[in-house]
Amino acid sequence: MTSPFSQHTLSNGLKILLKEIHTAPIISAWIWYRVGSKDEPTGHTGLSHWVEHMQFKGTPQFPASVLDKAISRDGGMWNAFTYLDWTTYFETMPADKIDMALRLEADRMVNSLFDPKETASERTVVISEREGNENEPLFQLGEAIQQAAFRVHPYHHEIIGDLADLRSMSREDLYGHYQTHYRPNNAVMSVAGDFESRAMFRRIRDLFEALPAGPTPPRLDRPEPPASGEHRLTIEGPGETTYVQICYHAPAGNEPDFFPMTVLDSLLAGPSSLNMFGGGGISNKTSRLYRSLVEKELAVAVNGNLSVTADPFLYTLTLTVHPKHKAEEVLAACDDEIRRIQDKPAGIKEIARAIKQARALFAYGSENITNQAFWLGHAEMFAGYDWFLTYLDKLAAVTPAALQKAAQTYLRPQNRVVGTYLPRGNGGSA
Amino acid sequence: MKRSSTQVRSRRPSAGTSRARKASNPNHKSAFPGPDDITRTVLSNGITVLARANFNSPSVIIGGYLQCGGLFDPDEKLGLADFTAVALMRGTARRNTQQIFDALESVGANLSLSAGVHTAGFTGRSLSEDLPLLLGILAETLRRPTFPLEQVEKLRAQLLTGLAIRAQDTADMASLTFDQIIYAKHPYARPEDGWPETIRAISRDDLEAYHRRFYGPRGMILAVAGAVEPRAAVAQVEKALGDWQNAFQPEPPPLPPITPLKASVTRKVKIPGKSQSDIVIGSVGPTRKDVEFMAASLGNSVLGQFGLAGRIGDVVREKSGLAYYAYSSLNAGIGPGSWEVSAGVNPGNVAKATDLIRKEIGRFIKKGVSAEELADSQSNFIGRLPLSLESNAGVVNALLNIERFDLGLDYYRRYADLVRAVSPQEVLATARKFLNPDRLAVAVAGPA
Repeated sequence: MTSPFSQHTLSNGLKILLKEIHTAPIISAWIWYRVGSKDEPTGHTGLSHWVEHMQFKGTPQFPASVLDKAISRDGGMWNAFTYLDWTTYFETMPADKIDMALRLEADRMVNSLFDPKETASERTVVISEREGNENEPLFQLGEAIQQAAFRVHPYHHEIIGDLADLRSMSREDLYGHYQTHYRPNNAVMSVAGDFESRAMFRRIRDLFEALPAGPTPPRLDRPEPPASGEHRLTIEGPGETTYVQICYHAPAGNEPDFFPMTVLDSLLAGPSSLNMFGGGGISNKTSRLYRSLVEKELAVAVNGNLSVTADPFLYTLTLTVHPKHKAEEVLAACDDEIRRIQDKPAGIKEIARAIKQARALFAYGSENITNQAFWLGHAEMFAGYDWFLTYLDKLAAVTPAALQKAAQTYLRPQNRVVGTYLPRGNGGSA
Repeated sequence: MKRSSTQVRSRRPSAGTSRARKASNPNHKSAFPGPDDITRTVLSNGITVLARANFNSPSVIIGGYLQCGGLFDPDEKLGLADFTAVALMRGTARRNTQQIFDALESVGANLSLSAGVHTAGFTGRSLSEDLPLLLGILAETLRRPTFPLEQVEKLRAQLLTGLAIRAQDTADMASLTFDQIIYAKHPYARPEDGWPETIRAISRDDLEAYHRRFYGPRGMILAVAGAVEPRAAVAQVEKALGDWQNAFQPEPPPLPPITPLKASVTRKVKIPGKSQSDIVIGSVGPTRKDVEFMAASLGNSVLGQFGLAGRIGDVVREKSGLAYYAYSSLNAGIGPGSWEVSAGVNPGNVAKATDLIRKEIGRFIKKGVSAEELADSQSNFIGRLPLSLESNAGVVNALLNIERFDLGLDYYRRYADLVRAVSPQEVLATARKFLNPDRLAVAVAGPA
């Protein structure tokens, strides 16, 4: 009899996290690398994401055209994601087909070709991806805000990278990044689903243990100095809709203050879902900001987002401004609401309600094996799996005083960047 | 709903290439839904209830629809059905907006309504202990909405902002323009969320009148999946909606025929200031009930789905590096759907990408698919079924599909055989029936 959760470290440093779930004949396997857009110096922005694309371009054993077909033929779902702190690859497969995914991940950890022709063709694909992003007002605004919020810390550029760098980086830049960071001692494997843990561990060990460890990859260590005052910026672009984003420097995922901030976000802008796959969130119409901004017709929508990151990043409020109002008026009303939560502690009942919401959202996420495997590895990127297991308990322990203190500490104007997207008017006409 | 400010970036586009997941492992304990584990009951007032238990997690999902979609909308008030559906939750005889959402959100539950062309749909989720609350609020909003004037005006401003954002979205505008070409003079040419002027023309009384006339139990379908015994689920639905009546509910109007294109038609929508153009190219496709549906679906997989995005993805993205997303889709429903190829490209590459896509469609209807390509897609369709049915949401979708398209309660058990029965010859005949490279609709939205 095996326990549902186990962890191991191979002699080459690869960490393995396993969780048995026998609700459906499915297994989801993820490999995580501790490399993301924050590991890119100026001139190389977008490198990690482009490398991620190149990982689908083949190895001698699994040429490009073979990879996609092999996984698809078995009915698998696979993809990869690049974030500020990490890059990850996953396959969710019928349980009896997972071996192909494990072999593929072991192979492309070291054997990817980065063929010069494929590199050239992928350059324009990534540029096209960036152009699609640029069509979105909130991408443009977010990019400008990130740059204003992080002068020193490498969180200052968008994950997709700057056009200048996407045009100038070489195949050697990509391959060097791959060789430095794609090492077993810089990786975590998380697998959840319908398997027997000991057999799964043995199979992963057989496939991965021979891969050589490398020097511990260097990471840029450039903490952002404390903000000394509010930044405001304006972006102009096409459209009729004004957006305001208010971004506060926020604690990292592994800091104790992350939990009061999570409850604070829930009270202000509605509960966030931890579900990356197969489980949406819920509406936020009874949140404080919805009631004071949307019900009062200053905004037509409000959203809050506390990013889970390894270093302190941002808590972002996104306001879609009502056509009859100006950005300044919505910002003033939002500030009134924030002052209210700083001045008067929230009631026990309001906090208890946020905890019940979090419990429900957590239950929705547990329906999905891909989501379970995601968290098994993701938590390891900034804390450890215990973070995920104790998430609800830590939220439940948040007191009105802790909540108030978090509001006073983080939601100060001096700690934020306010960005406005101003529409230049009109749009397309047939 | 939450929107992340810094999103992850991914090699595979999130829209388009990943759709329903479908598979088979007959030896496993959790079999696909079938007659022995789906409870199907028709209440005395005409509501069909489908339920299937899943006690793996303590939550439950409901989904369903009523026979009151945008087909009934007058042209000058287009968007009325959708406006009405969304407004239902803004006040009932018992509760105001805040009270409705307070009841739901306090327990982490969610309920939303919106209308499509044929039906108004709803979807909700909660912990299973809160299912009676969820059904109670659904029943209240369907049966006794009050459409408070103040809330209607707030909602109107939100809908108008949504339309202003739509007008700036190159993918939305290309798709909308494509529908106007292939469905000229047919109700499917009309966007179900209307136009700014039609949304402004709708009064509060229009919403109330629409509701009074068209909302009723006849033809309503409700599916429940999750941690509740099917019999208890049916009893809870019966309690909430079993005594609902509307003697005046009209039959939906019949769909007029579609006039096929006699030559290719290209239409461009200019949206200044954008970095990327979106292209949609294609034709009218089959209905979901057409005998050709499965052959078309497998053919579409080869054309623009399988692997990264089939042949289209291979030519437009992998070989030419022209686009981050380029794929084909088959949208089959009650009436004739569309069979279309979509791509987002640099404005300077529109002609080149359009040309490549046309050629690929030409090759597809000339030579069809090889036995090997078809076998790959068949294997994919069968293999992905367990993934699509893993979550309660997936099961609710499956139950609604079974009901909406008369697939039979054993459909997902027969599915693998249905997929395997399709031959390359059938795919070729189907492709030729629906796609003709000389009669394609081409819609482009972008800066130039």
